Amino acid sequence: MDDIRILEPEGLDALIAALHERGYRVVGPTVRGDAIVTGDIYAASDLPQGVGDTQQAGAYRLRRRDDDAYFGFADPAQSTKPVFFPAEEVVWRGRRDEGHFTVERDAPKDQAVALLGVRSCDLRAVQIHDAVLADRPFHDAHYVARRDGTFTVAVACGEPATTCFCASMGTGPRPAATNEQTGEPAYDLLLTEVMAPEHRFVLEVGTERGREVADAFDTTRAGQEAQQEAIAVSDAAAARQTRGINTDTIHDVLRASAESPRWDDVASRCLACTNCTLVCPTCFCTTIQDTSDLAGDNAERHRVWDSCFSESFSYIHGGPLRGDVKARYRQWITHKLSSWQDQFGMLGCVGCGRCIAWCPVGIDITEEAAALGRMATAAGAAS
Amino acid sequence: MVEHAHEHPQPHDAGHDAPVAVDTRPKLAVWKFASCDGCQLSILNCEDELLQIAENIHIAYFPEATRAIVEGPYELSLVEGSITTPEDVRRIHEIRAQSGTLVTIGACATAGGIQALRNWADVDEFRSIVYAHPEYLSTLDRSTPIASHVDVDYELRGCPVDKTQLVEVLAAFLNGRKPRIPTYSVCVECKLKGNVCVPVATGTPCLGPVTQAGCGALCPSYGRGCYGCFGPQDSANTDAMTRQLTELGMTGADIVRVYRTFNAGAPEFAAASDALEAAAAASAGGGEPS
Ligand code: SF4
Ligand code: SF4
Ligand code: SF4
Ligand code: SF4
Repeated sequence: MDDIRILEPEGLDALIAALHERGYRVVGPTVRGDAIVTGDIYAASDLPQGVGDTQQAGAYRLRRRDDDAYFGFADPAQSTKPVFFPAEEVVWRGRRDEGHFTVERDAPKDQAVALLGVRSCDLRAVQIHDAVLADRPFHDAHYVARRDGTFTVAVACGEPATTCFCASMGTGPRPAATNEQTGEPAYDLLLTEVMAPEHRFVLEVGTERGREVADAFDTTRAGQEAQQEAIAVSDAAAARQTRGINTDTIHDVLRASAESPRWDDVASRCLACTNCTLVCPTCFCTTIQDTSDLAGDNAERHRVWDSCFSESFSYIHGGPLRGDVKARYRQWITHKLSSWQDQFGMLGCVGCGRCIAWCPVGIDITEEAAALGRMATAAGAAS
Repeated sequence: MVEHAHEHPQPHDAGHDAPVAVDTRPKLAVWKFASCDGCQLSILNCEDELLQIAENIHIAYFPEATRAIVEGPYELSLVEGSITTPEDVRRIHEIRAQSGTLVTIGACATAGGIQALRNWADVDEFRSIVYAHPEYLSTLDRSTPIASHVDVDYELRGCPVDKTQLVEVLAAFLNGRKPRIPTYSVCVECKLKGNVCVPVATGTPCLGPVTQAGCGALCPSYGRGCYGCFGPQDSANTDAMTRQLTELGMTGADIVRVYRTFNAGAPEFAAASDALEAAAAASAGGGEPS
């Protein structure tokens, strides 16, 4: 769809208003406390204008930018994951009533969501969640209900953090126009923020629905050169990325690494705290917890995020299957980068770098993958 | 430190608890050892649930709340406090014998409490400094958790315990189901709540990664680091935690202090603080820890 326009920064409010008028709950990046998080957006003033971030292994800091960029940071502390896949939800409630037992299913009746400013990595992560949670014979009804009718305003990245490696994963910094699994358009609208020579957005229309919204606020028509300008912003962002994973070899490297001595090394550093999985936009594991009130008249079944880093995760009768932390780290990285490919025909990592920045001890998935690769090669050469 | 006078369960005192014709409710007793009473107060703090608790459980022995005493045995005993005297040792065995299910509540009962700091000191020495007549004092030289003396069916961590967890354990007991008491790290609760990680975003040290969940990530929710009052999580890697705290600027002596608070006696925290002192002693050439 060749519909390219220029949106002035002052026009962002009109874009947000157009989404609200169409009944959407608008969700996007906003500053809360010491970080940029994903939250409700009511006006452009809720966006982190003039705020940037510095991310390193185990450290995240906000910083003041010397310009007025609205999207001049890398990725928010948490992705849009909890919007469609909340950390805890009630699956059903049961009630005992004079000898009877009634069950109520808890169906989400949330407003349709408009994602504003979703990054390429996180957009790809939503597509992965769709494939895992929705597009299979037994889908997750709550997820499907929440995802239903989502409108997507993506933002191409111009400012990657040192922890980002989407370029090597093929998931960014500029989002692909179509979902490679379904062939459907990946976004309704795509914004690229251009800071020079003057501050403005290149707006690319991805769908008819997107065009209808874009027609509701002031833009000026532009041509291929504007798109080229947008692509140049993302290309420069890709060129600044220093981390990466070799996606050609990693599947087999992990297959060959089941007994690698590297697991002891990483387990000595890992706190088994679960942070990496809980900030990961693609991790989807949950546990079921049942509760009742004191009288036993009301019971609830809750579904709660879980993590393969917790001991209880692999608990079966008699004890946990992954009692030591090295088995848990191996499970995690192997699932993300190798067995996910066997399971779903795609990688389970989008290169957002959150597991690196938000790991309290800064364990780096790219560094572990590289070390495992080196050790597998050395072991292969020796045998 | 409270060296509590011993209490014996007394026969039924009809004056305070109107006799019920046939009471099918299970009997609950709440016991106290060396502790501050804070965990017992958490029971009384369950204001919204207290009536429902009393409807479903016969509160038979709970001196903090009522003078009425009903004779044992008790279907459920909640035990607060640590064992610090020879008399405590005798009494906890008696309580165990009278209890169906025994649940320990709080850091004192589950790890020895702040009073377990005596485990690193010479009791005789401070006894003679603090008390005018130390010969009247009968005390043990270690403060130990209840589970070191008798079988415990369930442990509720925290200083004090979390009232939601307390109600959950009572509801689970009444309905014969497993309580929903996770043993993973505070980080899980922190992330579930949508908090921004305090050490990563501000550099403030946080013990959350080695501490068991249960408080709802109370301190990090207010931008403060966790100080470990729920004791070690099931997979605590204190070596890695110690290195991280050092990197965030804490000295060895400071780190010893954060491991030695309410759960100083918990084996993982005790070992971590001992390792730091041993390292300090070694680097001082075998001299005193600096
Ligand atoms: S594994 Fe790490 S880098 Fe990859 S998607 Fe998850 S959080 Fe992002
Ligand atoms: S990496 Fe672990 S938590 Fe994430 S999806 Fe895989 S098994 Fe689940
Ligand atoms: S890799 Fe890092 S974030 Fe993940 S469990 Fe280990 S210490 Fe925690
Ligand atoms: S603030 Fe503390 S408890 Fe919360 S995630 Fe970070 S390290 Fe864990």
